[in-house]
Amino acid sequence: MNLAAIRAIYAFEMQRFFRTLAQSVVSPVLSTSLYFVVFGAAIGSRIETVEGIPYGAFIVPGLIMLTVLTQATSNASFGIYFPKFIGTIDEILSAPLSFIEITIGYVGAAATKALFIGLIILATAFFFVDLTILHPVWMLVFLILTCVSFALLGFIIGIWADNFEKLQLVPLLVITPLVFLGGSFYSISMLPPAWQTVTLFNPVVYLVSGFRWSFFGEADVAIGLSVAMILLFLTLCLGTIWWIFRTGWKLRK
Amino acid sequence: MTDPIVSVRKLVKRYASGFEALKGVDLDIAEGEILALLGPNGAGKTTLISAICGITTPTEGTITAGGHDTVRDFRAARALIGLVPQEINLEPFEPVASTVAFSRGLFGKPRDPKLIARILDSLSLGDKATARVRELSGGMKRRVLIAKALSHEPRVLFLDEPTAGVDVELRRGMWEIVADLKRQGVTIILTTHYIEEAEAIADRIAVIDGGRILLVEDKAALMARMGQKVLHVALTARLETVPEMLSAYDLSLSEDGYSLIYTYDTRATRTGVVRLLAAIDAAGLQVADVTTRESSLEEIFVGLTRHEPEGDVA
Repeated sequence: MNLAAIRAIYAFEMQRFFRTLAQSVVSPVLSTSLYFVVFGAAIGSRIETVEGIPYGAFIVPGLIMLTVLTQATSNASFGIYFPKFIGTIDEILSAPLSFIEITIGYVGAAATKALFIGLIILATAFFFVDLTILHPVWMLVFLILTCVSFALLGFIIGIWADNFEKLQLVPLLVITPLVFLGGSFYSISMLPPAWQTVTLFNPVVYLVSGFRWSFFGEADVAIGLSVAMILLFLTLCLGTIWWIFRTGWKLRK
Repeated sequence: MTDPIVSVRKLVKRYASGFEALKGVDLDIAEGEILALLGPNGAGKTTLISAICGITTPTEGTITAGGHDTVRDFRAARALIGLVPQEINLEPFEPVASTVAFSRGLFGKPRDPKLIARILDSLSLGDKATARVRELSGGMKRRVLIAKALSHEPRVLFLDEPTAGVDVELRRGMWEIVADLKRQGVTIILTTHYIEEAEAIADRIAVIDGGRILLVEDKAALMARMGQKVLHVALTARLETVPEMLSAYDLSLSEDGYSLIYTYDTRATRTGVVRLLAAIDAAGLQVADVTTRESSLEEIFVGLTRHEPEGDVA
């Protein structure tokens, strides 16, 4: 294992994050605050509670997930796409590195950034609503697993994309709808029965449900199922990346 | 050759489209030499280098570096190799010293700011260590690429068209850098389509065209073996045609009609020069001057790549 290389890639990626710290942090915090104002205060005042939880607090886990998923995916996809775009990827491909080191470096950095932003949003939430976290350790476990899984997905997207449009396409057309339809702002039980079944095919449902459970002890699906689904998703992404580097798909000519 | 540092055997690169960029390349590179890989655009130079460095996966054949297979034992093999790519691929916003340090990290070497500073100094980039890459001129960027390739102290350095699009002065600077690296014991393989460049700095020359190595030879031996000389016999009077008496010789007349041109092979035991001069004298022509010119590598190269490479040279 080439630890120095992992450190070099990780440090390089994190440097980019800290260089643009203001815009990396300000924009998600601002948009989340707007969600709190619109959904929590304006609309939430008419809804009162969902599953016995005040609506303002109810949406916090979903909002964090929304940002964390988007950030993890876009950070990781950009992180690997940019070297491909400017050609510095050749240096990485010709270095004594296996896919494990490359993936840990890029995905680790993207996941760290997403985790960092997720925690900042959590802190922001405390300004808007009364919040107690029932299972803080599980909350962190869910958050980290989500950051890593979706950074892996973003990494795959970054390798697959051969232009900037494709790079934006998946987050825009897939991730955002999945998050919005994944029970971020409502409980699955509020949907008509037929739609409840459809929703169970949405992986984000398990993330949001499990994450919300760690806050309030209330979940749409069993907690064990949530963890299993996240691990399954993680394994699928890892398998795909292993295959990509084995075959050189989109990377080696 | 005793224990080549890089050895390429029966290397084939076939793309999904069916196009064969390399059609069975065999090449041995000796430690400490400068090998110029000479060939026209699209000959397979970059593909060959990319395959050795791990950027392109070979379809068939084997490559070893320092005895390590570049696929099975890629870590050990790649640790020996530095690559200076043809394109200027650099992160524009990175400071020079940190992008060079990054390269060293990728190769698993511990940080060594002193070494990085020394490498930058040797490439006249010492005062640019904190400058951002995008502030540099094209020539400086190319030297940053060399610094990155040298950052992990490789034993073999590949330079892919190091002087493409570089002005004459910078090109000479680049040659000096290469000569300097050779003195430090680094083996250098450079691709070029400038014959002048191969002639100026290489120890050995490999000519590649159409995905095949047409020849690999010591530069001096190649020039001697393949060399032709051209004899110009300047005359005092103008001729309309080559005289009958001299028809036995393969002569041509210069455009102005004032000199006879005779091409001969320096390898031949009898060049025919003396007999030709005697015959010219016998034909009653007055010789004003005689000059000879050695054919350059360029002429040799054009001669090689113009013919179909169907095994006439091995």
